[in-house]
Amino acid sequence: MIYNIPFYTVVALILIGLYAMLFKRNLIKIAIGLTILESGVNLFLITLGYRKEGVAPIYTNLPSGIDVPDKMVLPVPQALTLTSIVIGVAVLALVLSITMMIYRHYGTLDSRKVRRLKE
Amino acid sequence: MLRTTGGYWDPVLWIIGFIVIAIIAYIIRGFGRKDYKGGEQLKPYLSGVEEPSKEEVHIRAGNIYWGFMEALKGYYDAMMKIHTGIINDYIAWFVGISALLFIAVFLVEVI
Amino acid sequence: MNVDWLLEHSPALIIVLPLLAAFLTPIIDKFSKKARNAFVIAVLIIEEILVIFLAHDVFTNGIHIYTMGAANPTETVPAQAAVPIRIVLEVDGMSIFMALISATVSLAAAIYSLAYIEEEKGKGKFYTLLLLVLVGMLGMELTGDMFNMFVFLEVLSIACAALIAYRSHFGDSVEGAFKFLIISSIAALFVLFAIALLYAQYDLLNIAALASAINYTHLDKIALVLLIAAFAMKCGAVPMHFWTPDAYSVAPSSITAMLVAASQASLYALFRVCFTLYGVTLNLATIGAVIIIFGLLSMFVGVTMAIPQKDIKRLMAYHAISQTGYMLLGVGVGLYLLTKPEFSSYGIKAMEGGIFHIINHAMYKGLLFLTAGAIYYRLKTRNLNEMGGLGHSMKYTSIFFIIGALAIAGIPPFNGFASKLLIYEAAYKVSPILSIIAMLVSILTLASFVKVFHSAFMGPKIHDVEEVPKSMLAGMAVLTFVIILFGLFPGWVVSNIVHPAAQALADQAAYIQAVLGG
Repeated sequence: MIYNIPFYTVVALILIGLYAMLFKRNLIKIAIGLTILESGVNLFLITLGYRKEGVAPIYTNLPSGIDVPDKMVLPVPQALTLTSIVIGVAVLALVLSITMMIYRHYGTLDSRKVRRLKE
Repeated sequence: MLRTTGGYWDPVLWIIGFIVIAIIAYIIRGFGRKDYKGGEQLKPYLSGVEEPSKEEVHIRAGNIYWGFMEALKGYYDAMMKIHTGIINDYIAWFVGISALLFIAVFLVEVI
Repeated sequence: MNVDWLLEHSPALIIVLPLLAAFLTPIIDKFSKKARNAFVIAVLIIEEILVIFLAHDVFTNGIHIYTMGAANPTETVPAQAAVPIRIVLEVDGMSIFMALISATVSLAAAIYSLAYIEEEKGKGKFYTLLLLVLVGMLGMELTGDMFNMFVFLEVLSIACAALIAYRSHFGDSVEGAFKFLIISSIAALFVLFAIALLYAQYDLLNIAALASAINYTHLDKIALVLLIAAFAMKCGAVPMHFWTPDAYSVAPSSITAMLVAASQASLYALFRVCFTLYGVTLNLATIGAVIIIFGLLSMFVGVTMAIPQKDIKRLMAYHAISQTGYMLLGVGVGLYLLTKPEFSSYGIKAMEGGIFHIINHAMYKGLLFLTAGAIYYRLKTRNLNEMGGLGHSMKYTSIFFIIGALAIAGIPPFNGFASKLLIYEAAYKVSPILSIIAMLVSILTLASFVKVFHSAFMGPKIHDVEEVPKSMLAGMAVLTFVIILFGLFPGWVVSNIVHPAAQALADQAAYIQAVLGG
């Protein structure tokens, strides 16, 4: 089914993200993995809100001949996704700036060497 | 007063009891010899060797419970091996435990 | 502005006040440092008063509802809709209990920080982030909405990570912050995915409405597993505890005390999901057993890993893991027995023990971290091998440390004993082995604090130092006061604060009814 493709993509994105976070030793790649994982979750959220031939739920901007409110999409999933994207940007910015500081202190981005804290 | 499953716990009573016992102990202590002060008996017995200064014999943290850790060496070696400090391993544990939980939650239904 | 108005809007005010204050702080910082300090402390004191005020109302009149953006805050379900669509803040006994902890620990930490970070740079931003951590904790605890909980979880994670990296001139600080941030974000994404799974089925985000609709389908089970795993990791349950010592040991000590409270906010979320969101639809025996196993592992591994540590804060961080185990054990026993007739006799006692332990732990572990910070403030080291003889010069700090150490080891008459006693007795009824392990862990806890006390405070005077500044002592004194108070009157605390919290957690129907009515 064509409508299931987004869900397969969600699974693929989450698995790719987890793979990167589990097996990539470079801290930047771990950050990339985190972002891919997050995209997967965001795609899942936005797919939930999809409605065939739906319109934006704005009364003043409706195309003519549309059933109200049957064709309107519920704006909640979009709102959730937007919030999640904004949070994701903040997290990514902080992760990257911390990674930069790690590079300054350790001179490497290899996660096997960034381990002064252990045991 | 705190009611527990098997009885109760009242710290105020406990403190009163503690004070009573402390007073009794103090009274018993009063029966002892008052002229006993100082002398060789109070010094640590070191076979005639001169007592080292306190600064030299202060036991540092690294040496405390050495025996305990030596006795549980196998356990501690395994634990130290797990605590790698590598972020990938931390995530791997999380994913692994999630997978175990899946099995626990779904397997119970099947059986 | 009269008292009723204040009471009605207090759930929103509690969250909004520190949020606004957080962003005002850097502006005030531009003008005067003293005004900034006074402002932050004043905000936190008002916050504490507001929380106590609301707590008093919740404990006497039951659940307090606040609907964001509604003309009438108690109108949760709008006339045009059949389900709650606005964000609802739902404050029941458990929520406000956690809020009390967060507000108290933050106040003590802020007072302590006044002198503690005196020589550091960027103090304005430090206090901004400190207030944001408080916002994150309170938001998670007071909200009745799953997505809102996720948002505050992220606010909490980001603010905490930035604060852990506060001493960014040390390599290990940024390393700890990196690990914390990655772990928190991945946990939060799992939570979001679980929320999306729930939303996909029921078109609901409100916890109470979800709880009434949920029927434990396969997708619900997947969501449950994701939520439990994510929140268990965020509260530091073994074997997902590895980030805890890393993050706790490198953060400034006042922040570490707040991180303890922040972990407990995740613990609260875990309990909320199990008890309120899923409740009786759960397979209680399985999930109860899972939480008990987490508890036992955390207790035992936490304490045994603490014994060989040479870094004082790392040692205490492992104890934090071990103490979290007690809470999981107590509440897990309660969950295990939730629908059985034994619940009312000793299941609820076990939950009271676990919940009482949450507040006790926040107080004494907060205090212990603050004393560790006092040592760091004078010696500039966390290595226990380099310490010794501090009892000669830092008398008050050593007294505070003794009180904290005795409380955590469960020595009467301090508060740790009362909550551990409840857990031992109730867990014994389920299986004696649980109590035996819990007592063994308590003994090992005492042993490792004897080690810390011996190596840091006893022995000859090695370091020529002075007592720490008064504001740091004041921060420690706040927590010590609560410890002694709770230690002397555990019966009053349990029947007036802890029992309503345990009851609120166990009573899913009342939580649903408060939002949906009827």
